[in-house]
Amino acid sequence: MSKIYIGGVGLNRVGRHFKKDIVDLAYEVSLEAINEAGIEPDAVIISNSLGNVLQKQNNLAQYISSSIGLRGKTAYHVEAGDGSGGAAIHIAYTLLKAKIASSVLVVGVEKMTDYPSHVTHTALSQLLNYEYEAYYGATLSGIAALIMRYYMKKYEVSRDAVSEWPVLMHYNASKNPYAQIRKTITKENVKESQIIADPLTLFDISPIGDGAAAVLLVGEDYEHQLEEKPEVFLDTVVHHAYELELTLREDLAALPTVRETVDLALKKANLRIQDIDVIELHDSFTITGLLILEEAGLAERGRAAYLLSDGRFRHGDKPEVNLSGGLKARGNPIGATGVYQVAEVAMQLRGAFPGLQSNSPEIGLVINMSGIGSSVSSIVIRKR
Amino acid sequence: MKSVGIVGWGAYIPLYRIAVDEIAKMWGIDPFLAKALGMYEKAVGGLDEDAVTIGVEAAMNALQRAKIKPDSIGAVFFGTESKPYAVKPSATIVAEVLGITPNTMASDLEFACRAASEGLRAAFALVESGQIDYGLVIGADTAQANPGDVLELTASSGGAAFIVGPSSESVAILEGVFTFITDTPDFWRREGVPYPFHGEGFTGDPAYFHHIIGAVEGLMKKLGLSPNDFDYAIFHQPNGKFPLVVGKRLGFSREKIIPSLVTPYAGNTYNGSALLGFARVLENVAKPGDRILVAPFGSGAGSDAFSFIVTDKLEERKKLAPTVDDYLSNKKIISYSEYARMRQLIKIVR
Amino acid sequence: MVWKLSPVSVWRHRIPRYRLIGKECKKCGKHHYPPKLACPYCGSRDLKNIELPRSGIIETYTVIYEVGEEFRHKAPVVIGLVKLDDGTRVIAPITDVAEDELEIGLRVEATFRRIRDGDHFGVIGYGLSFRPIRTNVSKTSS
Repeated sequence: MSKIYIGGVGLNRVGRHFKKDIVDLAYEVSLEAINEAGIEPDAVIISNSLGNVLQKQNNLAQYISSSIGLRGKTAYHVEAGDGSGGAAIHIAYTLLKAKIASSVLVVGVEKMTDYPSHVTHTALSQLLNYEYEAYYGATLSGIAALIMRYYMKKYEVSRDAVSEWPVLMHYNASKNPYAQIRKTITKENVKESQIIADPLTLFDISPIGDGAAAVLLVGEDYEHQLEEKPEVFLDTVVHHAYELELTLREDLAALPTVRETVDLALKKANLRIQDIDVIELHDSFTITGLLILEEAGLAERGRAAYLLSDGRFRHGDKPEVNLSGGLKARGNPIGATGVYQVAEVAMQLRGAFPGLQSNSPEIGLVINMSGIGSSVSSIVIRKR
Repeated sequence: MKSVGIVGWGAYIPLYRIAVDEIAKMWGIDPFLAKALGMYEKAVGGLDEDAVTIGVEAAMNALQRAKIKPDSIGAVFFGTESKPYAVKPSATIVAEVLGITPNTMASDLEFACRAASEGLRAAFALVESGQIDYGLVIGADTAQANPGDVLELTASSGGAAFIVGPSSESVAILEGVFTFITDTPDFWRREGVPYPFHGEGFTGDPAYFHHIIGAVEGLMKKLGLSPNDFDYAIFHQPNGKFPLVVGKRLGFSREKIIPSLVTPYAGNTYNGSALLGFARVLENVAKPGDRILVAPFGSGAGSDAFSFIVTDKLEERKKLAPTVDDYLSNKKIISYSEYARMRQLIKIVR
Repeated sequence: MVWKLSPVSVWRHRIPRYRLIGKECKKCGKHHYPPKLACPYCGSRDLKNIELPRSGIIETYTVIYEVGEEFRHKAPVVIGLVKLDDGTRVIAPITDVAEDELEIGLRVEATFRRIRDGDHFGVIGYGLSFRPIRTNVSKTSS
C-alpha cells in the first residue's frame, strides 16, 4: 500500500485575532505548509464549522482557496463540528490513497470572536440536535455538564480529582507558543472559577478563540519528487459517525464511538494502545478528556482522573497526552482543532514541537471528535 | 332540546405568589388599601407560562375528570384577555396539545373577564342542539396591570377549564342562564397598549354591580327562584370584597359566597376568576341536589347568571385531578423583583 | 425583523413536542426520543409512533449560566436528562424548581410550557418541560 506523507504543516497561535478574517487566518498557515513542503497542492480541503453562522459565508472552499492563490483546484469544504478537522484529513487521505490527487492541502480555520460570547455559544449549540436539544436551551457545555455530573456520581469521582485534567493541560500549554492560554492554574482556581453549566466551570471548557492550522499531505508517488523527504506519514485514518443525541446513548458516561474508532485504527495499524508514544485527544471539556482516556483503553472506567493524580500521561510518561495543552488550553477553534492535532503530532514525531517535546517518539495518535461523540476520527501517525 | 351540564372541570394556579403588601410597598400604596380589598397574595405565572400554557394545564385536569376521549370534543372556546398572539388562535394550540384536533370548532373569545363565560353559554347551546357531544371551555389569563396601578394588587395568573356535555354524565346540570350586557367603558385596553386602564370607581356601581345584579335578578325571575333557593353563589372576583358586597345587595348570605373565594389568595385571574370559584365550590362543599349560582362579569360590560343542580356524579370526579385548594397550598413566595422579571415588566432588549 | 424561529419547523415538530410522541422499534421493542427513522439501538427501520409516559426521574441535570442568545432573559436555564417511566430518555428544561431542590433521582412530570419566545414579531415555540412531582398537584400521581 502506498504511504501518505505529511509534507508540511502550519499553525497559528489560537486567540483573539480581531484584525484577521477567516481568509487571513487560512492564508498564513497554508503558506507555511506549502513553503515547508516545497510544492503547491492539487486539491484543497477547508475544514470549518461555524463560518456560515458567524461569518455568514458559504461556498467556503471556493472562497478561501481562490483568495489565497489556489484557484482552479479541486476544493471541498468539510463540516463535522469540532470533528471537522479529522473528517477533512480522512477525505484527503482517501483522495491520496485512491490516487485521485497527489497532494492535498487540508486547512482548518475557525473565527469565533466576531460576536459576543452568547452568540458564539448559540452557534456552538448547533452542534447538538437543534430541534430537540438546542431548541430547549441546551448548550454544548450544558450537555457536557450532564455527562460530567452523571460520571462523577456514578464513579464517585470528586471535583478536585477531575480538576487534575485542566491543571495538567494548562501546565502543558504554558510551554506551547501556539497555545491560547499559557497560564498555569491550580485545582482551587478550577473550583472557584465562574460556573458555565453546573458542575462545569470556566476551566472545564475549552476557550473561545480564532485559529487556523494546515497540513500538506502528499502521496508516495509524488513524495519522490520532493527535495526533502517527509519524516512522518499517516498510517491509518478511521472516521465514524454516530447519533448526536445524548438521550440515545445507552451509557451516559461513555463515548462508544471513540472506543470503536481507536480499536479499529490500532487494529488496522497492527498496534496496541501501549505502543503509542504521543497522543493528542479531544478534551473539549474536562469530562471528554477523561472519557477519551478511558475509551482509548488507557484507564479503567471512572479511573482516568486518579491515574492523572498518580502522575500518568504527562511529559516523560508513555503515552504522553496533549503536550500541546489540548483543547482546554491550546484552544479549540472548532473546525481547525483536528488539523491542529495532526500538525502537533507530526511536529512531535519530527522532534520539532516548540513546546514540551516528547523524547524521540515513533508513533502518535490523534483522537478528534465532534460534539459529545457524534463523530470521531482516530488517526495513527508514524515516523518513516 | 337536550339537557346539559358540566361533565368535567379543572383548575390551574401557577406555583409563584407575591404578597400584595410587597406590591403596595414597592409603589407607595397605603397597605390599608390591600386589606380593604380583602387581598393577601396573588399568583404569578413563571417565565415560561402564558395564558395558553395555563389553559392547557387546566384543560388536562378537566379531561381527567370528564373521562372522555379528547377527540370526542367538538368545540374549544378559549376566553382570555392576555392572548399570547393578538392574531392567531390560542384554542388551536390547546386543541392540538390535548389531541382534540382536527374535527372541532376552536376560537378565542374576548369580553374582558367574561369571555369564557360566554364560551360556556355557546358550548351549552351547541350540546343542547345536538351539534356537538362535548365542548371544552377555558378561562385563563396572565392578567396585566400597569405597575403601580391599584389593579396591580390583584391582577394575577391562573385559569379554569370546564367540559360541558349531556346531563346524564354531568356533575352539575344546567338549570337556566340569563345574560345582561350594555356598552359601559369601565375598563379597557387599546390595541397595542401593554396594560389596561379603568375608570376606578366607575368600575363599581355602573359596571360590576349593575350587570351582575341585572343578570342574577333576570335569572331568578326567569326560573321563579329567590336567593334562598340557592345553596352557593359564585360571583366574579376582582378582589376579595366585591363578591360579598354584590351578594349582600342581591340577598345572598356571606356563608353562601365565602367557599368560592379564591382571589384573596391567588389574585384575580380575570377569565379564570369566577370559574375557579365555581371549581372550588364543586370540590369543597357542593353536595348532590345543591343549587349553585355562577355569575361571571366582564368589563365593557356584561354578566351571565347560570343556575346548576349538583348530581351524585360529583364525588367520584373530585379526586381525579388536583383541586383549587391543592394549587393554593402549593406555592412559593417571591419578591417584587422576581415577579417583575417573570411577568417581563423589565424590558430587556433582545 | 429577524426570524428567530421558523413557523414551518415549529409546525412540523408540534406533535412529538406537544404530546411526547416517540418511536417504538418493532424489532427490538425499545423506545426512543426524539423520533428517528431507524432504531438507534438495533438499526431496524420498522418503527411505529408511541405516546411516551409523561413522568420519570432526573438521571442527570445542569444549571446553565452561559446561555445562548435567546435564553438570556431565562438564565440560568435548568436542563435535565429525564428517564421516563418506560426507560426512554428526554432532554428538557426543568421548570418550577429551585436549584437546591434539584437532585439525581428526583421524580418529575411533563408540563406544557412556552419554550422559545422568539422575538417580538415571530412565532412562539411551545413544548414540554418537566417539573418536580409535588404530590398534591401532580397529574400523574393522582
